[in-house]
Amino acid sequence: MEKGTWKVKSGLAQMLKGGVIMDVVTPEHARIAEEAGACAVMALERVPADIRAAGGVARMADPTVIKRIMDTVSIPVMAKCRIGHFVEAQVLEALGVDYIDESEVLTPADESHHVWKHNFNVPFVCGCRDLGEALRRIGEGAAMIRTKGEAGTGNIVEAVRHMRSVTNGIRRLRSMDENELGAEAKAIGAPLELARQVRETGKFPVVNFAAGGIATPADAALMMQLGCDGVFVGSGVFKSEDPEGIAKAIVRATTHFRDPKIIAEVSEGLGQPMAGIDLQELKPEELLATRGW
Amino acid sequence: MTIVGVLALQGDFAEHVALLRRLGAETREVRLPSDVTGIHGLVLPGGETTTISRLIDQYGLRDPILSMAREGAPLWGTCAGLIAMARKTEGRDDPVLGLMDIDIERNAYGRQVDSFETEIDVPALGEARFHAIFIRAPRIQRTGPEVEILARLEDGTAVAVRQGALLGTSFHPELTEDPRFHAYFLRTVKEREHSSRVAAG
Repeated sequence: MEKGTWKVKSGLAQMLKGGVIMDVVTPEHARIAEEAGACAVMALERVPADIRAAGGVARMADPTVIKRIMDTVSIPVMAKCRIGHFVEAQVLEALGVDYIDESEVLTPADESHHVWKHNFNVPFVCGCRDLGEALRRIGEGAAMIRTKGEAGTGNIVEAVRHMRSVTNGIRRLRSMDENELGAEAKAIGAPLELARQVRETGKFPVVNFAAGGIATPADAALMMQLGCDGVFVGSGVFKSEDPEGIAKAIVRATTHFRDPKIIAEVSEGLGQPMAGIDLQELKPEELLATRGW
Repeated sequence: MTIVGVLALQGDFAEHVALLRRLGAETREVRLPSDVTGIHGLVLPGGETTTISRLIDQYGLRDPILSMAREGAPLWGTCAGLIAMARKTEGRDDPVLGLMDIDIERNAYGRQVDSFETEIDVPALGEARFHAIFIRAPRIQRTGPEVEILARLEDGTAVAVRQGALLGTSFHPELTEDPRFHAYFLRTVKEREHSSRVAAG
């Protein structure tokens, strides 16, 4: 009997496919998310929109918050550690969380190095802006990937950009002669072996979710039609006028993402979604997606 | 042509579809009641039980699936799908479908860090051992008199069960490259379909 293997780490991500992972800050939120049909929750002290507003250093959540949420729901509980903060990761593993998100939403602890994730029994999900970044994280042991998008903005534009960039990266690799593989891997900064695998299978090596800016059922379905395996919704649920309604609607739109009639039906009467931010209003140092490499 | 449905509300349905297709089966993703019409068997995949059960109810899939089972069509649940098929699940007031005479404890082996893989003997599939992947797996606590146990862990816990045309596994054959469980299910589907066609004359 073996634990903490690649198969069980990436396998849990496979169980999450077609589902919605919601940011929650209290057990009450977690219960609402589970009732609405979330396939997992992300336990946080503050949702990204509030992290953005508060400024200062954003760190791993208080273990008390995480433990109370773990005691409340039966679905998997994820939690975030800072980029490169392997001790926060050790703490989260000791708490027994089901997945760790090494996340740019928190203030990075290391500007050059991400956590070496192969050393952990608990699986990791990491953000990416393009195929090279995704493959670097997988090389370090991430068993699941998500687009970074731009968290806490309620603006889908960056998530779309990042997903298209991943898809184009795969398409490029597939069209290449094997003699061109080495130069391409070098150019995008991807481990050669993983680049070779993508070229041969034509598929992304792990489960890939969308994150960062999803605020409506149509946003979720858009990301699914662009080829994501599922979605993370951060501030979009609990910063909206009707969290329960929007949570349920996003779950349904994610399952029935190819059925515009259902998406129309679930989009009716949801009240105000979260207020969004135009990316042009953000200064370069306010962008979260550029954290990590 | 025999059509095998795969419940595609949430979870690893695409992995089931891929393995069934590799075996030459025609498959259909089932999301709405109309998708149930004309399928001869149904796979309930791994995923999150709460999510899947909510979506079953919201889109009225419970009755069509139950009537399929009543007519003797084969159903196979893996992990979350097995929980959905059980008559009783600890911590849940009502069963999702309640078809199999088994009691289930959810996440009984622990959280994700306790997920594991191991080799098991499954005599119905032949001599070679089967590589079984358990992810936040449910434990079968009790099996009724009509339930046949197809495989156990070394400590004796049942992990693959059959009751008539109903099949259940607490692990994930769809995450392996070994198609024997899918072939076994496909055989059951084809046999049932053939005998019901003969009976209809």
